[in-house]
Amino acid sequence: MNCQEYWNPVLETLPREKLKILQFKKFKRILNWAYTHSKFHKALYDTAGLTPDDISCFDDIKKIPKVEKSMMRGIQNKDPFPYGDALCVPLEEVSAFRQTSGTTGQPVYQPDTWQDWEWWSECWSFVLWAQGYRPKDRVFLPFGYNIFVAFWAGHYAAEKLGCEVVPGGVLDTQSRILKIRELNATAMMATPTYVLRMADVAKNKMGIDPGELSINKITCAGEPGAGIPSTKKRMEDAWGAKVYDHSGATEIGAWSYECKNQPCGMHVNEAMFLVEIEDLKTGEIIEEPGRKGKMIITALDRMAQPCIRFDSKDVIEWDCQTCTCGRSFRLIKGGVIGRADDITKVKGVLLSPAAIEEVVRSIDGLGDEFEVIVDKQGDIDRIKLKVELKSGVTKLSVENILRDQLRLKTNLGYRIEFYDYGSLPRYEVKAKRFKDLRKKYISEKECRK
Amino acid sequence: MKDFSSLDELNKKILDIKQLLLELKAEAELFPALSRNSKRALASIKMLELNISDIVSLDLIKPLTVKK
Repeated sequence: MNCQEYWNPVLETLPREKLKILQFKKFKRILNWAYTHSKFHKALYDTAGLTPDDISCFDDIKKIPKVEKSMMRGIQNKDPFPYGDALCVPLEEVSAFRQTSGTTGQPVYQPDTWQDWEWWSECWSFVLWAQGYRPKDRVFLPFGYNIFVAFWAGHYAAEKLGCEVVPGGVLDTQSRILKIRELNATAMMATPTYVLRMADVAKNKMGIDPGELSINKITCAGEPGAGIPSTKKRMEDAWGAKVYDHSGATEIGAWSYECKNQPCGMHVNEAMFLVEIEDLKTGEIIEEPGRKGKMIITALDRMAQPCIRFDSKDVIEWDCQTCTCGRSFRLIKGGVIGRADDITKVKGVLLSPAAIEEVVRSIDGLGDEFEVIVDKQGDIDRIKLKVELKSGVTKLSVENILRDQLRLKTNLGYRIEFYDYGSLPRYEVKAKRFKDLRKKYISEKECRK
Repeated sequence: MKDFSSLDELNKKILDIKQLLLELKAEAELFPALSRNSKRALASIKMLELNISDIVSLDLIKPLTVKK
């Protein structure tokens, strides 16, 4: 591949043995920094009987205790307000506040210095450059610019690349579509849910074919959709654009990206992050491809509130393929497959909501939206799937194939309910399509005892 | 092809700029426009260090080359 396809032609093609050395040396550097500047980290490592000097080879890294999100929530009650004692810089050095969405509990506050923000946009620059963003692009950002990190760093990175950035913050969906048309925007960043929502509104409420607009590439983040083939295809078909996956998180940074070659997976930015995959049952670190586990991640250069061996709960697996783009950064197969929190047992079978999404979106007669509800009847799990029929499509024409595919892909039988197009809830950012009511059932049952 | 020695040269230039900015910042106690802009520029220099200097200072440069 032409060297100009890389944001950093040295780091992105560094031989793997060199990459490992780089990661180890940077890991030691951030570990030392946290140990000497954060009371939280020092106490964590002291309790484990470890100091940075005990980490003398790559294999020693796994001795370092993991950090759970709940621990970060806990420290926020401590000084300095509002971040707590994982803060490694004087409070006056903090230049930006962000917080997590709170999807899994109390939000975690994230302090960043200006250098950290530079780092955020640097990591995003790897993403956007690999996906073909160039100075000639006019990039439209249809997200709420607020306390959530969302695409903020994507905005700064696009500016750094020399693109022209159009912040579509407080506009409603129709105004955003009109602005894209008015300005001939060439690229866009949004969650998969919102990419499909915008296409739906353009087509069905405004009579505009999104494929006729000038968008030629879309970067998706925030949900697994761009890594789910049927969802990616729907987005690409609707917009006539290439759709690329990306994954990042408030507490972590922008750690992975799909390149222009669309290898059915994402590269981990191994110059900036160390990703380990931990077996969900045994806790063993998985090196080989083909085994799913949860991601333990270290941001190797994030300073204000370090992210060291953070238990992200993202479920990923290494890909056995290398990418034809020439990057030496490893691929994770199919991107982020799901959240360890969401992968649940139903009737004794492990179920990932992403598998249901892949089936629903692969059937042409069904709309984009769906809902999955797991509950109990007595002590027996039940799973219900609500789907929408597109206009002119009959239940008879899709029901059998839907049942067969669900059985094939998830090993479960479903109660399926069909709805008219437009009946199910629509989402503007991240969707909540999976509802597990069994926890409520269990807690109510325990209350009755 | 440029060989790895050019990375070394790039690194020297980066460190020179960093040194100049540190000096500017140190002299600018009563000159906010100078101190804050120097500090901000140093954050950008840090990104150059992550992209270039780390490769050199962590002793990774020897069979590396940069294709033109």
